[in-house]
Amino acid sequence: MPKRTDIKKILIIGAGPIVIGQACEFDYSGTQACKALKEEGFEVILLNSNPATIMTDPDFADRTYIEPVTPEILAKIIEKERPDAVLPTLGGQTALNTAVAVAENGVLDKFGVELIGAKLPAIKKAEDRTLFKEAMQRIGLSVPRSGLAHNSAEAMEIIKEVGFPAIIRPSFTLGGTGGGIAYNMEEYEKMSAAGIDASPTDEILVEESVIGWKEYELEVMRDTADNVVIICSIENFDPMGVHTGDSITVAPAQTLTDKEYQILRDASLKIIREIGVDTGGSNIQFGINPRNGRLVVIEMNPRVSRSSALASKATGFPIAKIAAKLAVGYTLDEITNDITRETPACFEPTIDYVVTKVPRFTFEKFPAADSILTTQMKSVGEVMAIGRTFKESLQKALRSLEIGSCGFESRLFDITAETRRALTGKEQQLLMEKLRTPNWERLWYLGDAFRSGMTVEEIFAATAFDPWFLHNIRQIIDKEDELKKVELKNSAELKDIVLDAKQYGFSDKFLGRLWGKTEEEVRALRLSLGVKPVFKRVDTCAAEFVAYTPYLYSTYEEECEAEATDKKKIMILGGGPNRIGQGIEFDYCCVHGVFALAEAGYETIMVNCNPETVSTDYDTSDRLYFEPLTYEDVLNIVQLEKPEGVIVQFGGQTPLKLAVALEKAGVPIIGTSPDAIDRAEDRERFQEMLHKLGLRQPENGTARSFEEAEKVADRIGYPVVVRPSYVLGGRAMEIVYDVDNLRRYMTTAVQASPEHPILIDKFLDEAIEIDVDALCDGTEAVIGGIMEHIEEAGIHSGDSACSLPPYSISRAITDEIRRQTKLMALELNVRGLMNVQYAVKDDVIYILEVNPRASRTAPFVSKATGRPLAKLAALIMSGKTLKELGITDEIQPKHVSVKEAVFPFVKFPGVDTILGPEMKSTGEVMGIDDNFAMAFAKAQLGAGVKLPMSGKVFISVRDADKKHIVTAAKKLYDNGFELVATRGTASYLQEKGIPVQIINKVLEGRPHIVDAIKNNEICMVINTTQGAQAVADSFSIRRNTLLHNIAYYTTASGAKAVVDGIIAMGQEELTVKPIQDYLN
Amino acid sequence: MKAVLALADGRIFKGRSFGASGEATGEVVFNTAMTGYQEVLTDPSYKGQMVTMTYTQMGNTGINPEDIESKQLYLSGFIVKEYHDHYSNWRATMSLDAYLKENGVVGIQGLDTRALTRHLRDHGAQNGIISTTDFDPESLVKKARGIPSMAGLDLASGVSTDKPYHWTQGLWDLEGGYPEVDPKNLKYKVVAYDFGIKYNILRCLVDAGCDVTVVPATFPAEEALAMNPDGIFLSNGPGDPEPLVKVQEEIRKFVGKKPIFGICLGHQLLGLALGGKTVKLKFGNHGSNLPVMDMETRKVEITAQNHGFAVDLDSLGDVACLGHENLNDQTVEGIRHCKLPIYSVQHHPEASPGPHDSHYLFARFTQLMECHKAL
Repeated sequence: MPKRTDIKKILIIGAGPIVIGQACEFDYSGTQACKALKEEGFEVILLNSNPATIMTDPDFADRTYIEPVTPEILAKIIEKERPDAVLPTLGGQTALNTAVAVAENGVLDKFGVELIGAKLPAIKKAEDRTLFKEAMQRIGLSVPRSGLAHNSAEAMEIIKEVGFPAIIRPSFTLGGTGGGIAYNMEEYEKMSAAGIDASPTDEILVEESVIGWKEYELEVMRDTADNVVIICSIENFDPMGVHTGDSITVAPAQTLTDKEYQILRDASLKIIREIGVDTGGSNIQFGINPRNGRLVVIEMNPRVSRSSALASKATGFPIAKIAAKLAVGYTLDEITNDITRETPACFEPTIDYVVTKVPRFTFEKFPAADSILTTQMKSVGEVMAIGRTFKESLQKALRSLEIGSCGFESRLFDITAETRRALTGKEQQLLMEKLRTPNWERLWYLGDAFRSGMTVEEIFAATAFDPWFLHNIRQIIDKEDELKKVELKNSAELKDIVLDAKQYGFSDKFLGRLWGKTEEEVRALRLSLGVKPVFKRVDTCAAEFVAYTPYLYSTYEEECEAEATDKKKIMILGGGPNRIGQGIEFDYCCVHGVFALAEAGYETIMVNCNPETVSTDYDTSDRLYFEPLTYEDVLNIVQLEKPEGVIVQFGGQTPLKLAVALEKAGVPIIGTSPDAIDRAEDRERFQEMLHKLGLRQPENGTARSFEEAEKVADRIGYPVVVRPSYVLGGRAMEIVYDVDNLRRYMTTAVQASPEHPILIDKFLDEAIEIDVDALCDGTEAVIGGIMEHIEEAGIHSGDSACSLPPYSISRAITDEIRRQTKLMALELNVRGLMNVQYAVKDDVIYILEVNPRASRTAPFVSKATGRPLAKLAALIMSGKTLKELGITDEIQPKHVSVKEAVFPFVKFPGVDTILGPEMKSTGEVMGIDDNFAMAFAKAQLGAGVKLPMSGKVFISVRDADKKHIVTAAKKLYDNGFELVATRGTASYLQEKGIPVQIINKVLEGRPHIVDAIKNNEICMVINTTQGAQAVADSFSIRRNTLLHNIAYYTTASGAKAVVDGIIAMGQEELTVKPIQDYLN
Repeated sequence: MKAVLALADGRIFKGRSFGASGEATGEVVFNTAMTGYQEVLTDPSYKGQMVTMTYTQMGNTGINPEDIESKQLYLSGFIVKEYHDHYSNWRATMSLDAYLKENGVVGIQGLDTRALTRHLRDHGAQNGIISTTDFDPESLVKKARGIPSMAGLDLASGVSTDKPYHWTQGLWDLEGGYPEVDPKNLKYKVVAYDFGIKYNILRCLVDAGCDVTVVPATFPAEEALAMNPDGIFLSNGPGDPEPLVKVQEEIRKFVGKKPIFGICLGHQLLGLALGGKTVKLKFGNHGSNLPVMDMETRKVEITAQNHGFAVDLDSLGDVACLGHENLNDQTVEGIRHCKLPIYSVQHHPEASPGPHDSHYLFARFTQLMECHKAL
């Protein structure tokens, strides 16, 4: 069946901001879908609030709405655009839920819009627990036995069916508070009663425990002709009990015979047909009892998912692109496989390598969070590695993570000295605890388990990791022991030994540790022995057909298939795994760099290891190397490809960290020189520069011990901002108000040393923070955009909302900021992008930070102004001047763009929502409108905030904020809101003539504010606080606010902005407008 | 222990031995299935061949007593990237290495199997030798060149059963394993010619309701007809169909008398018996992921295939038409007689290893027999 001709205009829904569980994989899928549908001649309308996505670039859709992804906004866009169809299956759960809402409330019917990809009944059947269970029973498949109970009688009835062990999950308690596993009736009685009590709806789900079972996923595609294919099978290294997003996963499945695999395949075909997903990709998860093979269906996603992105990258089969084509009527046999060019997409990819995905966590950002892994996803990013064997692929994945790992480092041993030893009792205890409880470090503890002499059987008993995986790790650790004993005499034998080690995936750096050598020395030795990697292609077909796409990975074998060209070429180093502080924004810049350089006639080479990204789509660059971003791996590629230039400016801190070493190894780094970068990063050199230019920064100093820190703080005066040098995302950054906290920080929070000094700055209280992005070619500098932060200085810039153009500072100040920015750009001889952070206090401008590279705000500024900063930067790096590019003036848009951050607090029980200098947000949204108030309101809606239009607002602010909150409180009152406040705040407001009721703090007795929140009496919370005790006392307010999904603001400036936004929303109707209209 | 693979065209691959040691020769082919090495090992179609598995991790699930497709191992060599001695699977009872040793099959691991596959793809399947005793390239290449070509060889007779036997085992399932089916519940009498038949074909036939008598490749048609079967089945098997002239003659005797269903070699023999020709493919199709279209329903099925020869459709004139097509290379995947209840497919609907998409072809056979019975 060819393309449908009855639909012409299709609306694609994006996934909105990056959150845990929904990251840039949906930009990858959405971008593919936009491209595919435009290619097919459809008019594409896009809704996505996330400005850092490639899909929201103005040329990827005909009309791009950077508006909140909510049913109300979607309805407005549908009314305005009148699309023929809505495609909801490529934007994650957000898109699916939003589409379901407009399908159910009649909007789609009213405007005659069809859901394509998956219809409403199919979505419901897949998503509704009961419907899904019934559907599975109809086709003879089982799901874990389960039932809902609201009282002890029901609980007793259910346990008869479920049996022991049973999992008890209270409904609507985040992170599973109040749940657990019961192994006997006595435990069950207690736990079920406690669970019902803990649940706000007095409900528990009692479920058969399949913890420790093997977990598998299959990626399935179906077309309108009912052809179904499996794209990829994935086996989870972590057994059932750990969320698949938090699990190490491996493709293809490793421990199933064909008969067993076909059971999964047959089941998948039946499921996609029974659920009725018309076209496109679905992801189905299974649990298998390792003792007898019994199969249960865990769940099905009737849409493209994170695993689909992984499966696409793992096999070379572009699931999202094909899904988009299937949605408009094509069948699988009508679509050609891009990679082989001659075979159809209607086949099942077969691979001749092993793919390993390892999640990346950021528990260090949330010390109060429970770091045990459960069925609630907690990781913020992932890496994928490809190797010819599991061992090679796993070890490559470890060094891709960028957490200082280059292999199986030991947690208990000093492997530079010993690789085998019996453990002390205490060590043994720790080891067993780390093995038994799922945690992100478990993999490394497995290494230690083998080092300590534990057997595969013993470790299996503690972990339920499949023995096949464990044997592979045992082989790695055995090899480590062998390698440790090797004498490094240059002989034919040594060549075999080194080659063997490399085939096991050992990095040069890790070998160096074993052999007491540096990474460079091992590299030199290796090369002198002639041990070099070769590059193989990912081709969907295990070499059965010729592959035309240079999608490559390294391994140590005979034949290299890289076929490097002698074209003019530039290589771009990507950003590695997403983490807080370095996410999709940097991938966006990398991709733009690729696009611009390709247009300029260069062959583009991308290096990255993050499977979620657009940059690792083989369609993005001319050549893709899916490789770890380490010195060793990057240098291997450079030496093979010999590019004219290598760009390290776009991928965030990851490639930047490699710049100096790569340059030393002769790699032609283009753009701003590593020396200039150092000049901006190095405290003393930076100060010298500012001094030379006559610019000001907050008073500061450097300390290598508490004593030094105390002296600095005494000199510049409290409060001070303290942080380690060379960090991104404000890691371990704090504002310290007194000497006691300074001591605590210096002694417990960080480890200061001569190599790693602590930087101390005077904290500018109540200063306005300004972010500037600029372009410079060495002789000219042009401002890209000036953003005024909503939150005052002291809140990490990544966590602050900001407005472009600035909304409160004077023209004189912005002009001075322009002057200073250009001055520094030219002084640093920046070639490409530069970002500067300023603080303005009492009309004095202070420079907080200069980063001569692409910043997190580059995509936002590009969207707000319509000027593609990263593209221009790439062209400058390739030698063009701003003048040649026609860039002479700053664009100062008439519309207002507001960026707002989105936080993962809800996933981390026990974590406070208060903001500070350490970045905690995972993503961002953008709101655009003609005025600031409305743009801010849209940004809030986009971030998922439920803005109230009436009701009771709770206000409790620290003394310093009281004067700032008066206007906002007055406006709320005047607009019909009721106000409640704690005593101090209430009396202050009452003095100002604003009627406000008093409510108890939690410590003042009941009923108190938390009771009011729990009773849904409060519609918004404004709560600022300061000082450890006050923060601790008010924690339960903020936590409950979060749990009840109530709008909350923890800064006075944020509260002021939102009140204006709420009032604007009350006065005028919210309208939607595509970005193309703003920019023209 | 060291092992070397040498190809007739002079290419040498160095690796390590596993399985039996010694020397083995055969046509070197590759298989792209990621699961099912045990079924591959026991598939009689691999007689005279040495199989390279393109997936790299082998031995993971060990060997179990159930996943066998014939009474022995027929291939002469097994070529893998990395062998895993420590298997993990609840049904496994021994390691792949021990199994190969027990059955005298020479294995080699640790070589660049992707380079080998690309070489076979670009230069065609060819003869080769694995040795754990002779490492002299010149000597090995000479030996490899001395092996007779597959074309023109009658390999089927060598793997066929000596005497007829009755088959009543049905399809495997997780809980019950293989069921024994009471012949009283089997409606259709089928004579299955064994040219190297895979057990799973027989199980599929039983599952579809066939009471199967397996007969040798050389079984006279008259004797088969004397058994008054409802249909004739022609099995898969190794090698070139052309030299099996006698077999083709016997098949011809069924045409017009009985419904016939053929698979793989059986399909090629049917094509020849109907007056067509076969051609040798460059490297054939060996995998579990190949798309095939049923020309009747226009639906695509993912199939398991293992063949180096194909039927030439034009040579069949208006006797038979295209029943199935391989969507990758547009070769003939199945033929259908224009008038008679006769059809055959090149791929393996019994799978094992591979997807079950084509299982319906067995039901189609029983439908034909049902219709024919009614006449």
